[in-house]
Amino acid sequence: MTELATTPQAKALHEQFCRDVMSMPGGEKIKICQQCGTCTGSCPTSYLMDFGPREIIAAFRAGMIDRVVKSNTIWLCTSCYYCTVRCPAGIKITDLMYELKRMAIKYDLVPKESKNPAMTKIFIDSVHKHGRNHEVELMARFMMTKDWGMPFRFVGTGLKLFTAGRLPMTPTNIRGRDELDKISAYLETLEEAKKQ
Amino acid sequence: MADEKIAVYFCHCGSNIGGKVDVEKVTAWAAEQPNVVVSREYKYMCSDPGQDLIKDDIQKLGVNRVVVAACSPTMHEPTFRKAAADAGLNPFLLQMANVREHCSWVTEDKDEATEKAKRILSAQIHRLPFNQPLDPIEVPVNPAVMVVGGGIAGIEAALKLSATGKKVFLVERNPSIGGHMAMFDKTFPTLDCAACILTPKMSAAGKDPNITMLAYSEVEEVDGYVGNFKVKVRKKARYVNTDTCTGCAACQDACVVRKVPSEFDQGLGKRTAIYIPFPQAVPLRATIDPTNCLTLKGKKCKQPCTTACGPQAIDFDQQDEVLDLEVGAIIMATGFELWDPTPETRYSYGKFDNVITSLEFERISNASGPTGGHITLKNGEAPKSVAILHCVGSRDENFQEHCSRVCCMYSLKFSHLIKEHLPETEVYECYIDMRTYGKGYEEFYKRLMDEGVHMVRGRAGEVSNVALSPEEEGHLIVKVEDTLLGIVRRIPVDMVILSSGLAPAHDAKEVSQIFGFGCSANGFYLERHPKLEPVSTVTDGIFIAGCCQYPKDIPDTVAQAGAAAACALALVDNPTVKVEPTISYIDPEKCAGCHICVSVCPHAAIQYNEEKGVAEVITAACKGCGVCVAACGSNVPQQAGYLDEQIFAEIEGAMAL
Amino acid sequence: MKRYLYYPGCSAEATGKAYDISTRALMEKLGTALIELDDWNCCGATSYFSVRELDSFAIAARNLSIAQQMGDDELCVICNACYTTLAKANRYMAESPEVFDAVQGALGAVGRTYDGNVKVRHIMDILVNDIGLEEFGSRVERRLTGLRVAPYYGCQFSRPMGEFDDVQMPTTMDRLFQATGADVITDFDAKTDCCGGMMMLTRSDAALRLCHELLTCARQGGADVIVAACPLCEMNLEGYQPLVNKTFGTDFDIPVMYFTQLAGLALGVDPKKLAIDKQVVSCDRVVAAIPA
Repeated sequence: MTELATTPQAKALHEQFCRDVMSMPGGEKIKICQQCGTCTGSCPTSYLMDFGPREIIAAFRAGMIDRVVKSNTIWLCTSCYYCTVRCPAGIKITDLMYELKRMAIKYDLVPKESKNPAMTKIFIDSVHKHGRNHEVELMARFMMTKDWGMPFRFVGTGLKLFTAGRLPMTPTNIRGRDELDKISAYLETLEEAKKQ
Repeated sequence: MADEKIAVYFCHCGSNIGGKVDVEKVTAWAAEQPNVVVSREYKYMCSDPGQDLIKDDIQKLGVNRVVVAACSPTMHEPTFRKAAADAGLNPFLLQMANVREHCSWVTEDKDEATEKAKRILSAQIHRLPFNQPLDPIEVPVNPAVMVVGGGIAGIEAALKLSATGKKVFLVERNPSIGGHMAMFDKTFPTLDCAACILTPKMSAAGKDPNITMLAYSEVEEVDGYVGNFKVKVRKKARYVNTDTCTGCAACQDACVVRKVPSEFDQGLGKRTAIYIPFPQAVPLRATIDPTNCLTLKGKKCKQPCTTACGPQAIDFDQQDEVLDLEVGAIIMATGFELWDPTPETRYSYGKFDNVITSLEFERISNASGPTGGHITLKNGEAPKSVAILHCVGSRDENFQEHCSRVCCMYSLKFSHLIKEHLPETEVYECYIDMRTYGKGYEEFYKRLMDEGVHMVRGRAGEVSNVALSPEEEGHLIVKVEDTLLGIVRRIPVDMVILSSGLAPAHDAKEVSQIFGFGCSANGFYLERHPKLEPVSTVTDGIFIAGCCQYPKDIPDTVAQAGAAAACALALVDNPTVKVEPTISYIDPEKCAGCHICVSVCPHAAIQYNEEKGVAEVITAACKGCGVCVAACGSNVPQQAGYLDEQIFAEIEGAMAL
Repeated sequence: MKRYLYYPGCSAEATGKAYDISTRALMEKLGTALIELDDWNCCGATSYFSVRELDSFAIAARNLSIAQQMGDDELCVICNACYTTLAKANRYMAESPEVFDAVQGALGAVGRTYDGNVKVRHIMDILVNDIGLEEFGSRVERRLTGLRVAPYYGCQFSRPMGEFDDVQMPTTMDRLFQATGADVITDFDAKTDCCGGMMMLTRSDAALRLCHELLTCARQGGADVIVAACPLCEMNLEGYQPLVNKTFGTDFDIPVMYFTQLAGLALGVDPKKLAIDKQVVSCDRVVAAIPA
């Protein structure tokens, strides 16, 4: 693995991550991580991760966030909060994972194979379009862009769900759906203003 | 006032003060102040040459009032006052001006700091003319000592004191002394049998002519002050005459109530309603538990115990006895309690069979325990694999933040005991750090690695009973990240031992309040100074030793017990003790007898004299806190060394600039 | 008649329809009105939080501001994820003045306001703590005696909020079903384990394995039925149960219901009104097992 930590880009990335994490409420607590491994040992999907949550924190503290941010780890987090409630140092690990997801999307550091970020984008598009997420649209768009094989795997289930009326084709559009765009726009302006 | 000759000494304290305050400027300014005859600055006033400056000026210049502008009086007031006394000046004619903790250490700007230092100094310069010489008060000291708690710490302290000829009252709330150590199997790192090394001491304490053994007793009230404590001790009724009982245990064999969970065996074994807690108990006397004895509960019973008892020692009408004892010093050695791991629900203690605590394992491993020393599962079979989980209820913000210090070593000890009893059994230690810091401890750790114990560095995530593969069927599964390998492991085992942490006694707070000292944030008793005075408390005459102060192993406990005994001895080996004279005085001519001061005094040091109709201060009990002075509506109590005119002068001095 | 403002959540219109239908039927039977929140929007769930933090709080708060506008200070929520997301918005607004101001500003941009004082209540909380187990128990018409129930809370029921039940080991659902006379598996080890949530679509290998573990635990406990409190959980355990079987070569056939469906049955609600026919894994056995 390339030692990116020494390049100016890597350093800048790390500093940005640091600022963002430390400004999270409770974010500075990662400084007192004992590296005990309770988080990774409790995580339901850690066995699939390149690096467990503990290693993410270790890499962060070593100034090497770039080594781990492109791994599959953060996208395998189901936000079940086991780590957060069991951490003996009181670190809000789940929120840290969310922060890393946001940073990964923002700086385009998403691993190619990961489908999770795409799903997230589709979800948000659906919500902004209708005001609510339309599950059928969600699944359809996801299948078409990321997982052609999915319909074949889920066909049995899909049919049963459809006949039970659990897959309505038409979405509900709320009256105030424009408000969501306006809210996002406002917050984006706010963020830009902060940068200055 | 005209003959006051004030000397001012301004300490640089290295750069602590000198780096912020313009010492030269202030010293020069001080020389101009009223009544000041000499004003000096020095790098380190607390040093010998610094103190000599004071002494010389007193002797050669006839200085009769001194102010040292330096650190906090808590640090060095005794130092400087002693220097003054050595030079022949009454120590209470010396004041300190705190220009460090109150000034240089808390002010950013140098000019502001200098200005503030001037004001602080000015306050003392104005005050000093009103200082009066005071002489310390001497009170007689009762040479007896009370030790509260009969574990290894209490026993050791009692024996040490007895060896010097002092009388000791050893008070223990359980029917026998011995504490937790009596429950252990072997002790680390020597693997001595706990009972073998403890029982000789227990026996010696039981027979010692200087030690009055008050087992099955509790302290109810403590009054008084250093050298003169009045303690009410309740001797709980055993319903057995301890003078005639021989401890033969015939009553225990005969008792019909046989299924009471044994406290000594951590609930794993059973005892009878009339019982001797363990065979080596001291005092070796039976006790009847009133919550389980049929007769004492008012039910019918043939009382086979009475029939079996040769000396006819059983007495169902026995009452508690309350003793009023007087001692000069008290040593608290009330020990710890094991943290109950039930709230740590992910380990399913109390739900799964074969998830046990460390003390439960001690009893299982112990030859005199409920399984006769055979390490077995609940179904009686030997475990083929055991996991020992460290840091249960310790180092955890959710439960107890402190490290319990002994668990790493006792966990390794357990590994050894398991390997000794069952050489084919696999043992896993799941740890965060291996804290093996003591003498012989690191070597012990290496020995255990050599014995083939699997060391898995990772704090267990959970203990599950759901098998996900054939190898896991019928086992408990420990899910843990092996952090050194970076792999999450599922380790199937038969038994899980939780290395539960040490917690303060459930009533530590209440007990400390009975005696009049405090607890730390983590609930253990508070020592006077964490580094230099670990066995003293803020209350003169009361000392602490052992795990009640903080978790520790047996060697450290014994050392602390000796230290506490020495401190107690230093106090009670003298016929008198000096008490600070800065106490309150109530002029009987002015007192109206309204009782306000009596009720507000936090040290119960003021009593109402019925005959005279006035309040009176109990001299040696008064701590000089000043509450009565403030509370009295008629301004009658005056505190020596803190008279009204002194305080007003300080205020004026501070505002004079 | 007691009433609550009600937030169904997006799943309630689709895969989680049965949860919505059965909740309404159950509350009707208990004499409590549920008034649907006007023009409610998606809470954002985990997805929003993964992209834009403040947006997530703001769109969640939009719902809470509507609740306030409708004159109420409590909002009843049925889905674990919605519950946690909305409650989280409240908590972050309370703990961080920055977040509070940003959300206020964003809502202000669309002519809304929210002062942070609407309490988000999970339907379980309302049933167990407001209506109360005694009242609920007294209304049981068909005792679930002998029915072995595995109470599956899911991960975001008590974590991380821990507001109305123990954060590590919740017991409200256990107690609710004990009040119906059911044989509740009180030591159901996997009761708060994660089902995989949205990962069933994005990383189905992980989610299927988690569901496999959950179903194994339920089978080990001898469960006749698993009851869930979240549409994603229910969907994963029930909707995808056949796929779990296909992937792992198992033969699970454990009915999974929304807890409101089973609770409704116990209270004598007509099974047709509880949308029990919408399950992929048939619940006929369960219905048949309950004495009339």
